[in-house]
Amino acid sequence: MARLPPFKVALVCAVLFVVCTDFVCCNNGRRVGDTLETEFSGFSVPLEHSFEVDDVAKFRVRGALVLKAGREPSVSLSQNQLSEEDRTKLKEVAAVDGLYRIRVPRVFLQADRQTERQMEGYLTAFVRACAMVESHLSDVITIHTDVSGYLIGVSIVTLPGACRGTEVEDEVDLEVFNTTLSIMAPVNAPGPETALFLERMEQESEKKGKNPQEQKSFFAKYWYLILGGAIFLMVSNSAQPPAGGGREQS
Amino acid sequence: MAKLILLWLKCILLCATVEAVFEDQVGKFDWRQQYVGKVRFSHFDTHVQSSKKVVVATERNVFAALNTRTGELFWRHVDKAGSEGTIDALLQHGQDAVLVVGNGRVLRSWDVNVGGLNWEIVLDSGSFQSACLVGQQDMVKHVAVLKKTAISLHYLSNGHQKWIENLPDIETVDYQAVYSDGNGEVYVLGVVPHSHIAIVVYSIEDGEIIKQISVEAPWLSNIQASCVVVGQGMLTCVDSAAMSFYMLDVHLQLQMTQIPLQSLALEVDPGFNPVLLSHQPNPARQPLSEFFLQLGPDHYQLLQLNDGQIVTMRDFKPALLVSFATTGEKTVAAVMSPKNKTACSVNLFSADTGRRLLDTTLIFNMDPNGGKPEKLFVQPFLKKDDSVGYRAMVQTEDHTLTFIQQPGRVMWTREEALSDVVTMEMVDLPLTGTQAELEGEFGKKADGLMSMVLKRLSSQLILLQAWIAHLWKLFYDARKPRSQVKNDITIENLSRDEFNLQKMMVMVTASGKLFGIDSKTGSILWRHYLDNVPSNAAFKLMVQRTTAHFPHPPQCTLLIKDKDTGLATLHVFNPIFGKKSHVTPPALPQPILQSLMLPLMDQDYAKVLLLVDDQYKVSAFPSTKNVLQQLQEMASSIFFYLVDSSQGRLSGYRLRTDLSTEQIWEVVIPAEIQKIVSVKGKRPNEHVHSQGRVMGDRSVLYKYLNPNLLAVVTESTDLHQERSFIGILLIDGVTGRIIHEAVQRKARGPVHVVHSENWVVYEYWSTKSRRNEFSVIELYEGMELYNSTVFSSLDRPHAPQVLQQSYIFPSSISTMEATLTEKGITSRHLLIGLPSGGILSLPKMFLDPRRPEIVSEQSREENLIPYAPELLIRTEWFINYNQTVSRVRGIYTAPSGLESTCLVVAYGLDIYQTRVYPSKQFDVLKDDYDYMLISSVLFALFFATMISKRLAEVKLLNRAWR
Repeated sequence: MARLPPFKVALVCAVLFVVCTDFVCCNNGRRVGDTLETEFSGFSVPLEHSFEVDDVAKFRVRGALVLKAGREPSVSLSQNQLSEEDRTKLKEVAAVDGLYRIRVPRVFLQADRQTERQMEGYLTAFVRACAMVESHLSDVITIHTDVSGYLIGVSIVTLPGACRGTEVEDEVDLEVFNTTLSIMAPVNAPGPETALFLERMEQESEKKGKNPQEQKSFFAKYWYLILGGAIFLMVSNSAQPPAGGGREQS
Repeated sequence: MAKLILLWLKCILLCATVEAVFEDQVGKFDWRQQYVGKVRFSHFDTHVQSSKKVVVATERNVFAALNTRTGELFWRHVDKAGSEGTIDALLQHGQDAVLVVGNGRVLRSWDVNVGGLNWEIVLDSGSFQSACLVGQQDMVKHVAVLKKTAISLHYLSNGHQKWIENLPDIETVDYQAVYSDGNGEVYVLGVVPHSHIAIVVYSIEDGEIIKQISVEAPWLSNIQASCVVVGQGMLTCVDSAAMSFYMLDVHLQLQMTQIPLQSLALEVDPGFNPVLLSHQPNPARQPLSEFFLQLGPDHYQLLQLNDGQIVTMRDFKPALLVSFATTGEKTVAAVMSPKNKTACSVNLFSADTGRRLLDTTLIFNMDPNGGKPEKLFVQPFLKKDDSVGYRAMVQTEDHTLTFIQQPGRVMWTREEALSDVVTMEMVDLPLTGTQAELEGEFGKKADGLMSMVLKRLSSQLILLQAWIAHLWKLFYDARKPRSQVKNDITIENLSRDEFNLQKMMVMVTASGKLFGIDSKTGSILWRHYLDNVPSNAAFKLMVQRTTAHFPHPPQCTLLIKDKDTGLATLHVFNPIFGKKSHVTPPALPQPILQSLMLPLMDQDYAKVLLLVDDQYKVSAFPSTKNVLQQLQEMASSIFFYLVDSSQGRLSGYRLRTDLSTEQIWEVVIPAEIQKIVSVKGKRPNEHVHSQGRVMGDRSVLYKYLNPNLLAVVTESTDLHQERSFIGILLIDGVTGRIIHEAVQRKARGPVHVVHSENWVVYEYWSTKSRRNEFSVIELYEGMELYNSTVFSSLDRPHAPQVLQQSYIFPSSISTMEATLTEKGITSRHLLIGLPSGGILSLPKMFLDPRRPEIVSEQSREENLIPYAPELLIRTEWFINYNQTVSRVRGIYTAPSGLESTCLVVAYGLDIYQTRVYPSKQFDVLKDDYDYMLISSVLFALFFATMISKRLAEVKLLNRAWR
């Protein structure tokens, strides 16, 4: 596994804009507190995390999310390395099967002014701390918005997600977050597909029209059956002896 | 082309796995019970002496005629639910019953004999106040309807309006009552609260105001609550503040005379509002001059108006209920008084004299598991010796109607509480004693070889004994004619059948009465009335211990929660016998937010119920040491979620070892944009047999089977048809991860959702196309499973593939549920309750997002039906053929012991129970299976082989000799 020395891992920020969802890989970021709004013409909100041995949440800043409103909202993340102290703590928390939590404030993307954006409360999510450690801090964070652009939820999973109890020896593995970040808006559920179906029906009926065999009338198609039936009826009628009353008497 | 035809044939064949019943199967394993609801108005049909009808109008907007001999329905008319169909008044004259419906919206006349509609007219708008029949010269020809602003008179024969008049001074006067006594005038009584009474007299002929007078009455606020008309048009009111009668002659209208109650030596119970009760036997005549005054909850006084003076006739204390009734020229007063703790006695008194009539005592035994009597309806009749006999219909608090004959024989009872079932469960019946004995043998601990052998021998002996007894019974019954052999089901002989098709239905009704019903016959085996249930209670019924843990009795727990305060109580009972359990449930002083059943069991095999209060503290029931210890061990893997729909907040919690909780995730859906209308999880007893679907190319598409998945449905607050939408969120209940988020635009509720296996089906109203539409979401993991052995929400990093498709449905729906079978091998059907009363069994195969638009070889291989935008309703899909189920409110499905069979109960106004076979009865031989043929063929073959073997031997021998 390629291990980058801690000092060189700076200022690598790849931003990929995909339709609807935008994946952002942030190996490392700059110091939090740097003003980013000017650069991205978006706005930034803090991404906070908490991992405590006693499981009482104490949120600290992990990085800054830069959200960009618009028709296709996008997001990018700049985050710090984990400090020496944090690394040992995370390992301790993982040892007692504690939780690694993250939270983002509730915001409204489509508002113009900063004051309108901020709303009361946070959206929180969690992952087991051991999964965080064993995946070497590679996590996938997804931010969900609703139809009108409110953030409604955040989710975090690690890749791989399992806790197998494997020891992570090298401290270096726990320095740098390897985060895949995306923002998801609701998809439009499809309605009944009538147009396509009608088209298909039309095509079929056209096909039928072209086939001359199908066009024949009922009598033209089955005349031999009808004729056979009629002859059979006639024959059976004439062959039957008129013995209606006799049977009843016996 | 031929291929296409073949394909269609295939489709039709596939779809034809239908459970339409044959004619001779009707009623064989299904039954329906029809109810009417709590009675509001009731009249005995008296115009023919031998009539057996009682006409009832109920709170559930039902108008029906019951057979007084059997309690069965003659006919029933179900009006619209809600305020639009409310029956405001029921007036009966001869064989016509006139109903005012929907706050004075419609006036209808029914023929009581056959239940046919005579006429119906729509009334002018205005809120209904009162109605009465108007007679003239002993003939009743009109009906008067008083509304807030106008009074109208209609012909009784055809409903045509004779006249309508606006009421004078409607700004100040509140007109409340209308009265007529057959002298060609209609009196409208109104009140200006705390000021005066206004009386307007109309002529019947042309609606002209004859007189209009107001009389000072500063103490009066509501005429209908405190006044009645007695005798020769004397308006008599009682005022609880001044403790006195006020009387006013409506013909003369001079002024009110005050008679203090004390002057008659009457005393009202403290804190009680006295109530008057009068009786007008014939609308064309004057009311009786005798009337009742209720002085306390169990204290009545019979009074008489004699030349403007009130005379006390008889004091009834204790008396629970009183009622007047007339037959011929005789009017009697029936008084129900408590006899002892379990019985009441009803006595008749002559209305004229107040004397008790001889031999008119009737004993009403109160059900110890029922409520107190609430209403008394009396049907008197004249015996041959001109004395009065009677029958009585009593309605109790638990909405039970009991019809009693002298001297106390109960002719029938109707459990009308069952017209409003809120929730239900099906519980397996217990094993018989002998079966339980055998089971017990395996359950006990081994203690030595010898004792085990003895035990085995003894249980075998018991089995032998039971078998002989059974044979003897068969022999004994065989000699009796068939009609006499009865297989009455009682609680004593209840036992599980071979395939567990017969179960106990535990039903919880809105009135707070619980029922245990045998699912095979529909007979009520036990009932239990909970008398402290608040009117706005929410119920949750849970099975804590099933019948599988002999000798421990099965145990159900009912959580009753007051919707306003959130305070809850628990009722623990045995679902087979209905008896309250000796286990004392914990007192719950705090409002309860959430309850959840854990798969954990205590040492007595009772599942643990966790209750979360508003301080987010968790209490367990049962809370023995064993349970608490288990909880501590399991705490870190017990998660639960809470939904606050007013704020749009969904939050997840985890249990801590000290039974406190910690919040671990939170999702907030802004309540100003959309509100959460329903959150559906999966049923915990659901089994999914196959992990994936085999595709056309023989690869497997694995299902995403997350047991913790929640389907959250939201509706937009903006109801404009262009902007309204429905949101569907699939959230993992443990991690709070949003798995899928979709928006159905231009759609509106009500949304019905079914969530099962790896699919969610929902139905909504499309505002754009103005039709009902179904949509199905299916979740797949993909071509390989992430972790095939166990599912953990904490370790499932990849989001599932989501497929969705929508269809047009030609009807609106009332409720929806999916079939459920023992092992989940049988294909699933959706059971859809339609407003028309049909229950449709729609194969899930039609709601499959993988239905291809263009048919390919692979999709044909997979048996996928080509996509068609419309779902058709086929008549053979109705599982209840002609047994209409009115106002279906819910459908309950339960697996049976047979994999092919699913038990279905639909409840609403009616209750309908049946079985469905979604994949046909693949594990059952047909009823008409020819055992004779198959066994004779077998025998014939056997003998043929024997003979041919012998012949072959002989032949071989012969050849050897040659």
